[in-house]
Amino acid sequence: MSEYWRFLQDVVIPALNQGLWVSTLLIVPSALMGLLLGIVVGALRVYGPAPLRKVNEAYVSIFRGTPLVVQLFFWYFALPHIQIMGARLVLSPMAAAILGFSLCSAAYHSEYIRGALLSIRQGQINAAQALGMTKVQTIISVILPQALRRALPGCGNEIIYLIKYSSLASIITVSDLTGIGRTIAKQTWRNIEVFAALGIYYLLLVTVATLILRWVELRISLPGFEQAKN
Amino acid sequence: MNQEHPILRVEGIHKTLGEQLVLDDISLSVNKGEVKILIGPSGSGKSTLLQCLNFLHTPDRGRLWLEGREFKASGKRDLCSLRQQVGMIFQDFNLFDHLTALENVRIALVKVKKLPASQANRRAKEELARVGLADKAALYPAQLSGGQKQRVSMARALAMDPKILLLDEPTSALDPELIGEVLAVIRFLASTGMTMIMATHQIAFSATMAHEFLFMEKGRIVERGSPSVLLAAGATTRTMAFCAKINELSGDLGTAKNQTP
Ligand SMILES: Nc1ncnc2c1ncn2[C@@H]1O[C@H](COP(=O)(O)OP(=O)(O)OP(=O)(O)O)[C@@H](O)[C@H]1O
Ligand SMILES: [Mg+2]
Repeated sequence: MSEYWRFLQDVVIPALNQGLWVSTLLIVPSALMGLLLGIVVGALRVYGPAPLRKVNEAYVSIFRGTPLVVQLFFWYFALPHIQIMGARLVLSPMAAAILGFSLCSAAYHSEYIRGALLSIRQGQINAAQALGMTKVQTIISVILPQALRRALPGCGNEIIYLIKYSSLASIITVSDLTGIGRTIAKQTWRNIEVFAALGIYYLLLVTVATLILRWVELRISLPGFEQAKN
Repeated sequence: MNQEHPILRVEGIHKTLGEQLVLDDISLSVNKGEVKILIGPSGSGKSTLLQCLNFLHTPDRGRLWLEGREFKASGKRDLCSLRQQVGMIFQDFNLFDHLTALENVRIALVKVKKLPASQANRRAKEELARVGLADKAALYPAQLSGGQKQRVSMARALAMDPKILLLDEPTSALDPELIGEVLAVIRFLASTGMTMIMATHQIAFSATMAHEFLFMEKGRIVERGSPSVLLAAGATTRTMAFCAKINELSGDLGTAKNQTP
């Protein structure tokens, strides 16, 4: 037993801590950019001019309709072979992963945002317009503040999913939590200890994210916008 | 009356919604300080007409002038500028659900009129006080009664210093005991010379302050005139017949009068 703990302490934990840092560097920017892009895409899908609406619908269909692994392979392995105006874009594994996660997660966020936007009653829009607000002012000052509150539970879930699917970055050679875990497991053949510890790390990440999301939810909750607690 | 300079004038307004011709050649003109009352059966086009007057609906045809200046629904500038000067009160209040009473009144002052925050705040507080809700400034719509919500929505419209106020059945969504507080504000506005066009079923109440009743049916104004003429004892007008029908349904004229403060 003590041997088991020593292995965890000396080998697994230091290595996974390093992986945790890399995973955080993957997850935080992807979550933020994904959410931001998701809001823009969601708003364009509902309020954009027809051609932009179509483009954004197509974007969402593609990114929701293909496996994330395939998307990551595309950004990491295929993109360098595509010549755009004589230039080739070669992404580092990290950059390819963040790009892939942001784009994929934005597609899902945009679904929640779209649903929330459509749930805003026409009367709210009429009232804003009747006061002389422009379309953009109406969206920014009246619709989005309400829609984001309604979309938060869904978007929060998507961020939790992102934490878990960030483990796919290891497939394109990123040394994130999962990447490091697999390396130690291969080297030491101690699969049980390593993967159990790895699972606990993700559990911790998800717990922290859940607490943050709950805090945000509490901070922005208003009378009339209470979310059903689950 | 000063017929030469109406505040608001429309001519030949047509509007089709779906397959149906909802407004069929509507013309009207309102002078400063006048109160015009739109009545008519459900579906006759009262709401649609009011929404055409601030271009929430774009008329298919017809022209609109505010203080002699023509406005076109196709021009974005015109659209926002017209709406800033024409206040609207909705049947179901349409307060912004995510803002407090004070913020509801303030938001357009800041975003549309571009007033500095402190000035907008002061004005918003004054307007809330004017409708008797100074102590509810910090409450959200979900925490207000229907009557209070409608009064906040009136403060919100009035804060913009509208040249004319359009009211679409402002008391229809209210419980009977809450109607009086909203009618009191409307009566007060009329007494201060606010120009208004109001769709309503509160016939007895509006007869006391209306300069003209406009009776609508199937998208047309089929009868117009002063309430004293249209509702004179023994009159055989459509308006009279319609009122008799309403009163049959909702008791008698006396009940309606009791609701007026
Ligand atoms: N978006 C729409 N699409 C199609 N038809 C509509 C639409 N909105 C309203 N209508 C129709 O237009 C007609 C006039 O509606 P409007 O709401 O203006 O009547 P109203 O006089 O205000 O009635 P009420 O007293 O019930 O409020 C109705 O027959 C209605 O069915
Ligand atoms: Mg109506």
